[in-house]
Amino acid sequence: MEVGQMQRQWVDYTKSLFLEGFLDGQFLQLQQLQDESNPDFVVEVVSLFFEDSEKLLNDLTRALEQPSVDFKRVDAHVHQFKGSSSSIGAQRVKNACIAFRNFCEEQNTEGCVRCVQQVKQEYYLVKNKLETLFAMEQQIVAAGGSIPILELSF
Amino acid sequence: MAAVSASPPSSSSSAAASMGLDSGDKVPHVLAVDDSFVDRKIIERLLTHSACKVTTAENAHGALELLGLADGQQNFSNTVSNVSMIITDYCMPGMTGYELLKKIKESPKVKQIPVIVVSSENIPTRIEKCLEEGAEEFLLKPLRLSDVKKLRCHLTSNAGNNSDEGLICVGR
Repeated sequence: MEVGQMQRQWVDYTKSLFLEGFLDGQFLQLQQLQDESNPDFVVEVVSLFFEDSEKLLNDLTRALEQPSVDFKRVDAHVHQFKGSSSSIGAQRVKNACIAFRNFCEEQNTEGCVRCVQQVKQEYYLVKNKLETLFAMEQQIVAAGGSIPILELSF
Repeated sequence: MAAVSASPPSSSSSAAASMGLDSGDKVPHVLAVDDSFVDRKIIERLLTHSACKVTTAENAHGALELLGLADGQQNFSNTVSNVSMIITDYCMPGMTGYELLKKIKESPKVKQIPVIVVSSENIPTRIEKCLEEGAEEFLLKPLRLSDVKKLRCHLTSNAGNNSDEGLICVGR
């Protein structure tokens, strides 16, 4: 595949992520912070997010497995997850966290267990999408091209 | 001549000119405090993109140590100087951003440094109490480039200068 085609594919894929609600305007902010002197900024931040998230999901699952669930602790984890997903623009993960916090407030264990599943699902979906996106970027750069600048209005 | 960060030279110098900064001003040094790894990385980049020097701390205690204000502090070798502004997250384990704000405003040494509090939660009573305690501004997370650009107006006059000259800050 030649570079122009790869770039067009990248643009279409990125646009679809926004249209399908996986990403929001905050992700564009991160892209704007990337330049020649910080060429890997987005990948670096998102990698940090992945690391953070795996740990948070483990902590959440374990906290909900306790015989007596500490809802304050669960809520604290969800609050953190909501924050980091919001910071990178992972909209659907963020929204799943918002719903989760309501069940924490109600101290509803069953609801919380369902929510962890929901959050996990959204997280793995967006992780997959972003990894695909980054792989496309690597291919473009390897072929000597540059990653297009998106003009999206929000 | 102010050090230029990653942004293209023309845009940062025109931004500097529009903010009334001349080439004699030092690079502003911002202390950013946040317990989230992801958010620390983002705030650091937002600030360096706006031609600031950044030091980060992962909690309030770390920030106090950097400022030389920690209780019983004996080792001052890691303290930072010439901090032009402090940006702190509100929700942090241990000491909150609000408690950090209070400690800063109680200290004769650093109370003149503008403190910006950021939070992911829009709670009017929280905002009020931070502003009453002396926070310069309270911003909602996630922070955007436009937020950080607005904050630079707090850096134009020297800390301690209460003159009304200079830029007008329009809060969110």
